[in-house]
This record gives sequence, structure tokens and C-alpha cells, in this order.
Amino acid sequence: MTAATADTGAPAAPAAPPARGRGLLRTAWGYGRTKAGVAIAGAVVLTAVIGPFVSPYAPTELVGIPNATDVDGTLFGTDQVGRDVFSRFLHGGYTLVLVAVTAALAGVAAGAVLGMAAGYLRGRLDDLVMRANDMLLAFPQLVLALLVMSILGPKVWLIVVLIAVSHAPRVARVAREATLRVVEQDFVKSAEAIGVPRWRIMAGEILPNITGPLLVELGLRITYSVGLIATLSFLGMGLQPPIADWGLMINENRVVLTVQPWSVALPVAAVALLTIGANLITDGLARASIGIDRGVQK
Amino acid sequence: MTTEHSGTGGAGGGAAAAVRVDGLTVIGRPSDVEIVSDVSLTVRRGEILGLVGESGSGKTTLGLSLLAHGKRATAITAGTITLSGEDLLGRSEAEVRRLRGRSVAYIPQSPASALNPALRLRVQLAEALHDAPAGGGGVDARVREVLREVALPDDDAFLARYPHQLSGGQQQRVAIAMAFIGRPDLIVLDEPTTGLDVTTQAHVLATIRALTRDYGTAGVYISHDMAVVADLADEIAVMYDGKVVERGPARRVLATPSHPYTAKLLRAVPLLKTTGHAEAAAPGEDALLRVRGLRAGYGKADVLRGIDVEVRRGECVALLGESGSGKTTLARSIAGLHRRFTGEVLFDGAPLAASSYKRTAEQRRRVQYIFQNPYEALNPRKSVRDLILQPYTHLAGRPDDPDAVVGEALERAALPAAYAARYPEQLSGGERQRVSIARAVATRPDLLICDEITSALDVSVQAEIVKLLRGLQDDGMALLFVTHNIALVSNIAQRVAVLNSGEIVEYGPVGTVMSRPEHDYTRALIADTPDFELSFSESPLHRTIQGAEPRTRTAGD
Repeated sequence: MTAATADTGAPAAPAAPPARGRGLLRTAWGYGRTKAGVAIAGAVVLTAVIGPFVSPYAPTELVGIPNATDVDGTLFGTDQVGRDVFSRFLHGGYTLVLVAVTAALAGVAAGAVLGMAAGYLRGRLDDLVMRANDMLLAFPQLVLALLVMSILGPKVWLIVVLIAVSHAPRVARVAREATLRVVEQDFVKSAEAIGVPRWRIMAGEILPNITGPLLVELGLRITYSVGLIATLSFLGMGLQPPIADWGLMINENRVVLTVQPWSVALPVAAVALLTIGANLITDGLARASIGIDRGVQK
Repeated sequence: MTTEHSGTGGAGGGAAAAVRVDGLTVIGRPSDVEIVSDVSLTVRRGEILGLVGESGSGKTTLGLSLLAHGKRATAITAGTITLSGEDLLGRSEAEVRRLRGRSVAYIPQSPASALNPALRLRVQLAEALHDAPAGGGGVDARVREVLREVALPDDDAFLARYPHQLSGGQQQRVAIAMAFIGRPDLIVLDEPTTGLDVTTQAHVLATIRALTRDYGTAGVYISHDMAVVADLADEIAVMYDGKVVERGPARRVLATPSHPYTAKLLRAVPLLKTTGHAEAAAPGEDALLRVRGLRAGYGKADVLRGIDVEVRRGECVALLGESGSGKTTLARSIAGLHRRFTGEVLFDGAPLAASSYKRTAEQRRRVQYIFQNPYEALNPRKSVRDLILQPYTHLAGRPDDPDAVVGEALERAALPAAYAARYPEQLSGGERQRVSIARAVATRPDLLICDEITSALDVSVQAEIVKLLRGLQDDGMALLFVTHNIALVSNIAQRVAVLNSGEIVEYGPVGTVMSRPEHDYTRALIADTPDFELSFSESPLHRTIQGAEPRTRTAGD
């Protein structure tokens, strides 16, 4: 070796390593729409969660004559059987939010597992999962839910299961596409070459790289769940009276809309705000995840 | 040459300076970093300026500003560009658009993405002449003429083709034809031969050379490859960190580089011919890896037929072939990533199963694979430490002292131990490839399969990686080095197997194959590879250059 001094083997010890790119959540937070979404959805969720503890009356307590807006001690009057509208409103969000979030989480989890397995293992499993998916997708979510519930009767666990099942194929489709992009990359091959079990490749190599689209899906699915549950309750196939529930409240009181608008306006506003807020958050996440995906340049 | 009159550049310079750049500065927004700072250049008609530099040196930004174009978030803040006597900057968007294609043209790096896939060649080529007087056969005649000049057919059937019906070399010729069709004064070529086979590259370079001479067009050829530029350019400008650090006639720069960075770039170019390394493994020693009659394919098509290869302990065997020759399939078959093969693969006397999952952990530990593209081979969500520990923990069990394992692996890959806490996105391409190497050597394998591991890297980084691999080989590791770069072969391998369309056409010691190639294909490969020899110092890529024939082919010879 003679004049090999010019190119040093190792790069000089770095003073300050280049900063890591910001994570998905942090990038999303940078958008104004995300902050607005968090504020709006947060306010509605907060109402739903702490509402039952601060409500002036029990949700089923009769406080005055029905359909009155000027009953003493009530903020927004009474509903069609004389219960306090405000108390029912405060109690009515808890079940809706809980059921919506649970159903969306279950649906996204199931869809992610199915989609990853189909996209990574391919072959017959892929065909089986995706064709089954297509069949489920052929049913409109609402029609499917109404059909089963009219047979089995309206039950809370059934609502969760039905909504989760109707979400899963849609999520699976997205998860599969994201997985196909990731498995083409060599780090998956590298794990295969040393014999890492398939399920650990899915959990350790693929899942962390598709969290972006999955988070976006989760936001989207929560929004859809809220709408679906409210619709089901409105159609009488969701939660049953005398439970206080926003969807149910709209249904029960819509006939007296002109006399006592509050008992409909409050739950409608809450559902609308929750949906808008969740959509804004999802939009922020989607924008952030596009940026991050672009960051993996060649 | 066509020494044309032309509106001569204002203040002095050459008699026929096609383009003059004075004090050009380009900054990036919003950080205001100078991407190109205070660059001055002159290119005369009919000559080619080689603009050499590594990724990130600002050479593409400079090339684009010659078209009065800036990439997103960049802005030209100072300097002037004079094209055939007219100032290019400070014109309106419409005026600049009129100039592009007629006065100045651009040939991008990837022809596949530069051609509109939805347009037939006839439309595509005529687009550049859109402002020519309508009617008459003028445009059509010109299209056919320029196609003949780039050695493509000019019949109607060819003109009716779509870009995807052409080979990569043909696509690049069409891109060249599109650039020359308007008889520009200046043509900017941004690494137009990257991604082409050496044979195709040689033809494309000859075409560019001939056309610039015939048209009296000034060419700016952007490249990171000194060997290509040495063959082509009349003048060379070396860019480093946004500045032109050296500029002069090609012959002078190549023979007596004055800037240390130029010298470093030149030393990094691998020399083509050697007599091989003295320490080639003694014959007769039993082979570590023995491949017999391997046949592999995708679906019903066979990609490889009758492959026999042997790798002895501590030896490096190069697998040389152009894209599509099946070299990666062979490497993947040996690594257990390509399952559809038949034939015998013996590792240390024991047969290797087709799938890595059917091999023993010990076998998987002893054969490690390094991937071509360092940007895809590392999981972006894992730290360097986790990346290195993964194969170790999986194959050899949880280590007692993980930090020691990581530290040692990083040290063998010539990276500081502090890199363990970093994530792939914080590393450069060369550093990523070193992490890949560290990950592979952490398990102390006996055989390392390197699949074109330097092809995505700059030449000087490539030289460092090759040096690193040679160090590993000295520690007793056997290497199977897959490459399309014939020049690298002589610098690392003891033996070479030349693959051509799925068959090994030549196999033997590097010195013999390089100096006395027996197969026509090998001869063609060697002849088409651009090559030049250092005259100012010895290349660190060589331990011995004894017997290397002088074979200098600098431009102008």
C-alpha cells in the first residue's frame, strides 16, 4: 500500500449527526387542520366522557312536562316523555364513542392482519382473502348491519362485531397495497435470508413501515363508525330505549322538532362535530404520511 | 470542425464560446444554503466540458441553471449565463421557453422516464420542433435525418413505435435525437449513460461525440465517473461542495491534477487490467462453496443453465455479467432467496437446501448476503444497533454483551461505534452500505455474497468499500462478488466467472481472463469499458500493478 492516505477508511467522527426526520404524529401536528381537528373532536369526546359525571339529572329521571323548553332547572328543556334533554345529551355520547372506537380498532386490527398476510404470503391465501373481501365489499355496510340485526336482534356486542367486520375488508385492501410496496424492499429479503419466521417479519419489518396508512385508516374508520352507529340508532336497530344515546335521541325527538328543537339539535351537532374533527385529524395524518413515504428516496 | 461565426460571447473568451457562465450562485430555500457558489465556466462550440463531482456536489443544479431552470426550492441569486452572446438570465418565462430546445437542450439521466410513454416516436420527436413553420415536409425530413444520425432506423414502422417498444440504449438515442433535433448551441447531458450496459454506453458516447463535433454544439457532460469523462471530454471541471475546484484541458487534469480532491477522484477509478493478485488461493484446497449443474428460472423460463462455480476459503470469486445475465438469480439461489433451482449446491461439504428456511441456523449464519441498493436494504424504522443485532440474535442466540458485538461489527465496517444509535435516514449511501456490511459480518460468516453492492455508490465511496472488502478477505472470509463493472473485478477478485445470458462463458483466474480473454463476449466487454491509467501516482485499489499494459485513451487521442 503506498499513497492510500488520501481516502481515509472511516469517515471522520461526526460532530453532530444529521437530525432524524420528524415522526408521523409530529409532522401531522404541524398542520393547522390537525390541531383544529383535535380541538373539535377532543371537546366532543370530553363531553361524552365526563358528561355522565356532571349531568344535573339521571338520564331517565322525569323532571317536568314533556316537550317543554322552559322547565325550571333545565338548561334545554325536556324531551318527549319529560326527561332533561341536557342530562340525556351528556349521558348519550359515552356509549357512542366507546362503541365506535372499539369497532374501528377491531376492524382495523383484523384488516391489517389479513391485508399483511395476503400481501406478504401471496399465493392461495392471497386469493382466498381478497375474494372473500370482494364478496363482503359487495354489501353496503348499513344494509349488512340491518340484515343481521333484524335476524339476531339489536345488541351492543353485535353492533361492534358487525361494524368491525364491515370495516375489515376495506382496511385489508389498503394494508395489502401498503404491504406490497414494503415487501419489494430488500430489508424483508434480508430477514428471509437469515430465516426469521414469517410472522415475525410481518410484525417486526412490515408493520412498522405501514403504520402511516393504517393510522389514516383508523381515523377514517372511527368517523364512519360514529355515523353508522348513529344511523343504526336512528333506525331503531342500534341501542334501545330507554338508554340515552345521541342517535336514539334524534329518532325519538324528531317528530317534535318544531316544538322542542334542542333535543334534536344537540345530538346532531355533537355527531357532526365529532365526524368533522376526526376527519380533520385523518386528513392531517394522511398528508403527513404522504410526506414521510416520499422521504424514503433512492 | 465547424468553426462557426455565431454571435461571439461579449467579453473576450474563446473565439466561439457557445456558453459563458460568470459567478453563478444558486441557493436552496428556505435554508439559503449555497448549492452552487460563484461558478465560472466557458464551453466552446464543438467541445465537451466534463462536469465531474459526487452526489450532492451541485453538478445537476448547475446543469439545470444552464437552461435557466431551477429545481423546486432553488433560486439563482447571482451571476450571468451568456448563451451565444445573449444573456439567458433575467428573461421572461416565455422567452426562455422559446430558447429551450432550440438554443439549449437537455438529455436527462433516465431515458425511460424522459420519454412520454403515450406518444409515438414521430409525435415525440416532432414536439421539439413545434414552433417550426407548419406544413411541408420540413419537420418530417428533419426527424428522419436526426434518427439516421443517432444510428436508429428512420422508416415509418419505427416512427410509429412507442417508447416501451425500445431497448434502454434505443430510448437514450431517441432522447439524444430529441435534444439535437433543434440544432441547439448548447446541450446539457446529465449522466445519460448511467444504467446502460458498457457496450451500449460505448455506442451512445460515440454518438454524442460525433454529433457535438458535426453540429458545432457545445456539450456539458455531467457525470460522477471519471473514466467516462476521460474518454469523452475536451475539458474537465471538477465540482466539490458547490464550487469548481479544478478546471482545465482534460489531458492536463487527468495527468497532473492540482487539487487534492481531483487526485482522490482519479485514484478511486478502478484500473481495468491487472495480472491478478499474487495471493490467489493455492489450488487443490477443498472448496468452501461448490455449485454443480445449477439450473434456475422464473416460471417456465430458464434464467440459468449448467452453472458450475467454486469458491475456496479466503478467496474472492467475481461473477461478471450485464443486466439480465442471471447473475443476481445465481447469487440469490446460493443465499436461499430464490427457491426455483435444481442442481447441486454444496457448502463446506453439506448440501444447501433451496429455501433459506429449510437450512440449518449454522448454515444461514455462515452464508451472508449484502444487497445492491443500500437505500432499501435497511429497515428505516430500526436503529443501526438493532439492525446489526437482529441476525446475530436470531442465528447465534442473545449475546452476553450486545454493545461489544455491535461495536466490533461497526469497527470491522470502518464506522465509529457512535453510529449504533443512528437510524438509516441519518446515513449517507456509503454509510448505509457499511452498516449492511457490519450486519453481515456480525455473525462471523465464512462466505459473503455481495450483490452489486457498489453500483449505487459514488466512485470514491466505491473505492473505500472495495478496500474494506479486501480487508475482510484478508481475515479469511470468502467472497462471491456479483458485479457488472469489469474494472472492479481485477481490483478485488482472484477468479472471475463471466455470465452471458444464463451461462458461464469464461471462468478462470482474473489475470488470465483480463489479459487473454478467450470468449468473444469477454473481449467485447473489455474493449467497451472506458479506461484510463493514472500517470501521477499509484492507485490504492492495487496491490500490484506489475505487468499492467499501458492503455491510455484520454480524449483527443
